[in-house]
Amino acid sequence: MSCCQDHQHYDREVLAGFIEGYRGQPSGLIQVLSKIQQTTGFLPKDLMATTAERLDLSLTEVYGTASFYAFFTFRPRGRHGITLCNGTACYVKGAGQVLDSLEKELNIRAGDTTGDRKYSLDVVRCIGCCALAPVITIDEDVYAGVDPEKVPEILEKYE
Amino acid sequence: MAKVKLTIDNNTVEVEQGTSVLEAARQIGIKIPTLCYLKEINVIGACRLCIVKVQGARSYMASCTLPAAEGMVIWTHTPGLRQARRMIMELILSDHPMECLTCMRHGRCELQTMAESLGVRDIRFQRVSKTMYEKDESSPSIIREPKKCIYCRRCVSVCNSVQTVHAIGPQLRGFNTVIAPPYNLPLDKSVCVNCGQCSLVCPVGAIYEKDDTDRAWAALADPSKHVVVQTAPATRVTMGEAFGLPPGTPVTGRMVAALRRLGFDRVFDTDFTADLTIIEEGNELLHRVKNGGVLPQITSCSPGWIKFIEHFYPELLDHLSSAKSPQQMFGSLAKTFYAQKAGIDPKDIVVVSIMPCTAKKYEALRPEMEDSGYRDVDIVLTSRELGRMLKEACIDLANLPDEEYDDPLGLSTGAAAIFGATGGVMEAALRTVYEVVTGETLGNIDLVQVRGLEGIKEATIDLKGLPVKVLVAHGLKHARALMDRLKAGELKDYHFIEVMCCPGGCIGGGGQPIGTNSEMRQLRIDGIYKVDSAMEYRKSHENPAVKELYEQFLGEPLSEKSHHLLHTKYTGRSNHPEIGE
Repeated sequence: MSCCQDHQHYDREVLAGFIEGYRGQPSGLIQVLSKIQQTTGFLPKDLMATTAERLDLSLTEVYGTASFYAFFTFRPRGRHGITLCNGTACYVKGAGQVLDSLEKELNIRAGDTTGDRKYSLDVVRCIGCCALAPVITIDEDVYAGVDPEKVPEILEKYE
Repeated sequence: MAKVKLTIDNNTVEVEQGTSVLEAARQIGIKIPTLCYLKEINVIGACRLCIVKVQGARSYMASCTLPAAEGMVIWTHTPGLRQARRMIMELILSDHPMECLTCMRHGRCELQTMAESLGVRDIRFQRVSKTMYEKDESSPSIIREPKKCIYCRRCVSVCNSVQTVHAIGPQLRGFNTVIAPPYNLPLDKSVCVNCGQCSLVCPVGAIYEKDDTDRAWAALADPSKHVVVQTAPATRVTMGEAFGLPPGTPVTGRMVAALRRLGFDRVFDTDFTADLTIIEEGNELLHRVKNGGVLPQITSCSPGWIKFIEHFYPELLDHLSSAKSPQQMFGSLAKTFYAQKAGIDPKDIVVVSIMPCTAKKYEALRPEMEDSGYRDVDIVLTSRELGRMLKEACIDLANLPDEEYDDPLGLSTGAAAIFGATGGVMEAALRTVYEVVTGETLGNIDLVQVRGLEGIKEATIDLKGLPVKVLVAHGLKHARALMDRLKAGELKDYHFIEVMCCPGGCIGGGGQPIGTNSEMRQLRIDGIYKVDSAMEYRKSHENPAVKELYEQFLGEPLSEKSHHLLHTKYTGRSNHPEIGE
């Protein structure tokens, strides 16, 4: 099977070996899915099928399990992860306008990744620093009191 | 087996250990309401309607999943339980579209019936679900209407554990949950084999057959068309059910009369081409045995089974008989042999099939099925759809006189009738193969070893020194088990395998009356063998109309013309079509 032409670089053989280690063990599904997501950043369709084959499960069961958990994602992620907080404080302080600005600037909707795989955009509830509202994080960086108009300026810092 | 004694509504009952409280109650005639429960198939306590009060337990418990235990004291119908069940039903209904009057299952819906019997007159809860999945009309056989789904999982259990197809399953969660193929793809992009077993168990109108009755009405109303109909073997013991007759009642003559009253120009019988299938497939088997062909040969009349082997065992396709199914043989002969004989331009002939099967709709649409030069079969109606048409036309099948099929595609034998039951094709084939090979008349033609509802049956028939070993499987779980053994090289000394996609064979097909269960299957099987034993001819090679067909048109079995019109090829498919190439 032509494997994973579509996602980030990683060691295919190591991953294949990990999945192989669970051959015939349906109970290893969550471990395998987690490993795939850690390694590739998401759950590619071809690896979902490989997982089903190896673990003696149907693709329907594998997808059903994976889609149950919010932790798993089926879309490739960008090199930079942008997280916008929409908890109560950020919401009140205008997170909505910041989100509009991000979506406009990146030309994607929350939950998606830009076509060039540079950015992924997610909305979460409360990242625990309400005094800094509205807040976004990009990778490990925290941006406090974000002015929607400053969004392009912030994004420029990332390659 | 150890026994346990418990008390249900002040009655003492002794049951085998492991029996559920629900089944224990049923044994003494106490009925507990259920909705998601399907005995031995879907036992998951999802709907909660079967809750009971258990002495010493903190809360009500679902009786379908609660094993009976020694000394247990149970109440099934207390005021508190009634109130709780009513609230459970209100909660289910709070997320259900109130479209009952125009629903496919109007008047025959388990949810509707249950809500009525629980006395629900008002729903105190607002609908909170915002997700509304579109109707999936991609499949030529099965329609999915997820917004009506109540998440009972019966369809999933049947698809997984009875058929081992795993085409559909639950995805996402909470109000977003949907029962669908992976990635919420349409059914035609999945491994669905179109068997329709899901549609037999859906309690509501969330999964049902594609309705082709409008196309049939239009053909019947078109004066430029010559509309011929064929009736599958299994339909003659199930068509009475929609008209109040007990399952298994043979209604062959009454069905012919009803079809004539609907306006069909000729009423023919798929049983005629079932006999023909035996001749072609039997000769193919003998040819393989004599010439070192691929053995065991496997039957090919069940289109759900065909798509299953194409998806899951494409490496075994050479084992399949190349003979088309009786439905498709009929179509290609209706537009060639019959058209010539009757002097009708085949382009004006419309072939309608009455089938026990939803997969037949798919089969008729397979691209290769136009060997007559036209689409061989134009419209496939399940027995449920025919029932609806007759009711709409106010034709009471149950009270019609018996009528005869038309010539020349209407004459058949008992061997053809039993195609409708698991083991029937094998028995029919052996009745003919025995006589062809040995040149002797078969004394006892009832091959009871291959009859009945056991999942896999086996027999060895002695053809005067040549032992023929055969296997019969019905339900795809059992077919899968046999294919795994075949792949492992364990079936090398077998000659012939019959596989039927649906449990019980076609009498339990996915187009048959809703609610089909094992008891009904057995009654219909009994009915089929009654039809067989009442026939004048009981061996396919004795059918005079088939002999005539060979003399006047086909030449001989496996002739060039036979190959062109009556045989086909198969297509290997992916077992994960959902992920694309």
